[in-house]
Amino acid sequence: MSALRLTINGEEHMLDVPVGTSLAHVLREELGLTGTKVACDEGHCGACTVQVDGVPRLSCITLAHRVEGEVTTIEGLRDHPLVDAFVRTDAVQCGFCTPGQVVSAAALVAANPQPTPEEIRHAMAGNICRCGTYPKIEEAILTWQD
Amino acid sequence: MARLIRTEKEVEGRFEEVWIVVEEDPLEQWPAGPLAVVGRPAPRQDAPLRVRGEARYTADIKLPGMLHAAVLRSPHAHARVKRIDLAPALALPGVRAAIGPGEAHTFRVVERLSVQSLTAAGLEEEAGYAGAAVAAVAADTFAQARAGVEAIEVEWEELEAVLDPDEAVRRELLTDEPRRSERGDVERALAEADVVVEATYRTQSVLHNSLETHQAVCEWQGDTLHVYISTQFIWGVRQAIATTLGMPEDKVRVVCEFMGGGFGSKNSPDPHTFIAAELAKRTGRPVRCALTRREEHISAGNRNATIQRLRAGARSDGTIVALDGEFTNSVGWSGWSAGTEGPMRMLYDCENVRTVTYGAKLNTPPMKAFRAPGFVEGTFGLECLIDELAARLEIDPLELRRRNYANSNDGTPFSSKNLEACYRLAEPHWERRHEVRSRSDAVWKRGVGMASQIWYGGGGPPSYAWVRLGSHGRAAVITAMQDIGTGTRTAMAQIAAEELGLPLEHVEVVLGDSARGPYASISAGSSTLPSMGPAVRAAAADAKRQVLEIAAQRYDLEEHVLDIRDGMVVSSDGNLSTPLEEVVGVLDEAQILGKGARGPNPTGMSVLTFGVHVVEVAVDVETGEVVVERVAAIHDVGRIVNPLGASSQVEGGVIQGIGHTLSEERLLDPETGRVLTTSLDAYRMPTIADVPEIVCEFVDKPDEHLTNLGSKGLGEPPIVPIAAAIANAIRDATGAELHELPISREEMLRALREAEQRAREQEKRGAPAAV
Repeated sequence: MSALRLTINGEEHMLDVPVGTSLAHVLREELGLTGTKVACDEGHCGACTVQVDGVPRLSCITLAHRVEGEVTTIEGLRDHPLVDAFVRTDAVQCGFCTPGQVVSAAALVAANPQPTPEEIRHAMAGNICRCGTYPKIEEAILTWQD
Repeated sequence: MARLIRTEKEVEGRFEEVWIVVEEDPLEQWPAGPLAVVGRPAPRQDAPLRVRGEARYTADIKLPGMLHAAVLRSPHAHARVKRIDLAPALALPGVRAAIGPGEAHTFRVVERLSVQSLTAAGLEEEAGYAGAAVAAVAADTFAQARAGVEAIEVEWEELEAVLDPDEAVRRELLTDEPRRSERGDVERALAEADVVVEATYRTQSVLHNSLETHQAVCEWQGDTLHVYISTQFIWGVRQAIATTLGMPEDKVRVVCEFMGGGFGSKNSPDPHTFIAAELAKRTGRPVRCALTRREEHISAGNRNATIQRLRAGARSDGTIVALDGEFTNSVGWSGWSAGTEGPMRMLYDCENVRTVTYGAKLNTPPMKAFRAPGFVEGTFGLECLIDELAARLEIDPLELRRRNYANSNDGTPFSSKNLEACYRLAEPHWERRHEVRSRSDAVWKRGVGMASQIWYGGGGPPSYAWVRLGSHGRAAVITAMQDIGTGTRTAMAQIAAEELGLPLEHVEVVLGDSARGPYASISAGSSTLPSMGPAVRAAAADAKRQVLEIAAQRYDLEEHVLDIRDGMVVSSDGNLSTPLEEVVGVLDEAQILGKGARGPNPTGMSVLTFGVHVVEVAVDVETGEVVVERVAAIHDVGRIVNPLGASSQVEGGVIQGIGHTLSEERLLDPETGRVLTTSLDAYRMPTIADVPEIVCEFVDKPDEHLTNLGSKGLGEPPIVPIAAAIANAIRDATGAELHELPISREEMLRALREAEQRAREQEKRGAPAAV
């Protein structure tokens, strides 16, 4: 066990977890922040995406003890206008990838509030959706400020 | 009055004769077109929960004291456990229990088709494929359980493995009896045909890859087993577990409020659930058994590969006179032989049709239903063959399809068929082909292709729903169905709101728990909406009748002059217009309870869905890269309840189909039978960057013979024709004939070389080269 200090969604947490524990595991199992999903657990699908200092990171392959910076999860983005945009455009089917999609999209629009379709496709290509909500995700990001 | 009838039930294209109690369905269908709520786009009611990460999936269930299970799987394609020692695992820290072959129940009998593929459900001595479960460990953490699995000592006796489907058929190693059917005289018709085309098509094995892997949490409370499971069929899981464990069904409670995708792979409980139940029993603690992504790739099911040896004969006027097909489904160690021959038997009007279908039992991972099983594969073969025929006959592919239009299913009338209306809607998209081709250059060749769709999707009884309405004037639909991500929860709310005359936001749907509502349909075979929707409407109508009875007494009016519209109780003379909550406000704590059941399907009719896709592609003839640029997807599935959700279903099916056509393939090592593509890095699914422009259109005409709703299912139809439409577009662009999926760059380049060769030979013979 090893001490760990993490700032998550503006709140500071003191934890004691084994070295080698992933950030996703800490969020879900230690802190009960289950909005972050784990679908492959090896960094291939994007479902576990969180932000560290505003930059998208795959929390399933990020070691908790190596995190330097503020972590933002879907729980910290629940009032983001993108949430309404995803709901309104039907950019959600089974929803298992969706929190990760919103976290990635929030990082994109923070850096680039009016991304082009090409920029959206580039930024979002690491978030797999097996249900195929991609056209609606693109629409949600294109219209997030409406 | 309830009636007991003997009827044919269809699930995923398979039929069985069953006794069913059906209730009369006296409600008349609503008029066609958008109504107050039904037929109008509605964002999903549960979308905020899912988008905000508040929806609780099976993956998020964490019960007090819960243990985690890990599974030992066979490294061999076919082997027997000679000796197994669980003791080293039990000695490790955190390990609470271990079980080996024979210690979790197996279920080998497919009792009912609606409880699908209930084979190989436990831990067995004989491992029939590399990845079959043979032992399991429960520990405080998953890492400890995994360490326990690694410590188990096993001595294997390797057995002969059969991996080649043709060899399996030769040796009669089959999962099902060969399915043979013939109408007319195929040999004679082929001999007399003006043109005969012949080709062998091969489709690959692909993985469902639901983002939530297969998983269950089991907990015993007294003699009741509580099962939290990611499933498409709450009631099927309940029945299968009760039957396997020899328990009364009421002692099994199955819960699935939200689930992260299924696509056909989650219709049955499977080994992980039985492992969790057994380990929970032994430890007295709740146990989670969740597959890792890599386990998902080796043991959670797949769309099996097929080999299709096809022939078609036609007269020079385009009349198809003979269709002949030999189909081999590479089923694997368990599963069933899907109806790959179905499209050949049903799509066209042809007097002479002969098919034989073999299900090869192989030492490969199990087949599971995957979004229109059989028809996706069979449509690729048939609809590519039809285009080859069109090319030989020099007839426009759309015209050839129209000339062979089937007006009955081999003599049985369709409950409704609007494929011709789909073709009409397709015309403007089809007309684009000249302009699309003209945008070709030396490297990028462009073309347009089409393919038709036929599939089931009519649903059926039994299915039930309750509607509860309180003094506040809001309604709850209660039924133990599941919403697997298709938006059926919202569609049910729309149907109830329409019938009750309430605004949509005044209706909620309670689902996902076998202890909290009546029996509901499986969410597979595009059946949720057509099975559940009519039951929900009937329940709402029952509640509405009671409201109007109360209103009639309260205002001293005749019931028949009263109605509810947009939350107001109104009289036909306009004198009464009162909010519903005022009318039922007198109820205080009393409640109005409506109940409804799904009525029967029309007797003596084929209930099927139809559609057509028109696809535009660009092919880089130097690298073999194929880009799908535009898809027009036109479907006839009866009444559309939620146009917004329906368009999402179509887009999702098209995108999954593009993956199936171009990039996805589960590869096996031909020597060992082990899966090589175990990660999402190796198994390539479409990303947002691969998505074309998708235009989605519906005929939106209620099926007047089907239930009080006239709706069919839409989950599967959009994935059926896409592969053939892409392949036909590639032929249009380049002249290359594709006979094999996926159309990888290597396959594309091979087909281009072959086409060049063909063109050269034709030139030598002095004939003009076909494009």
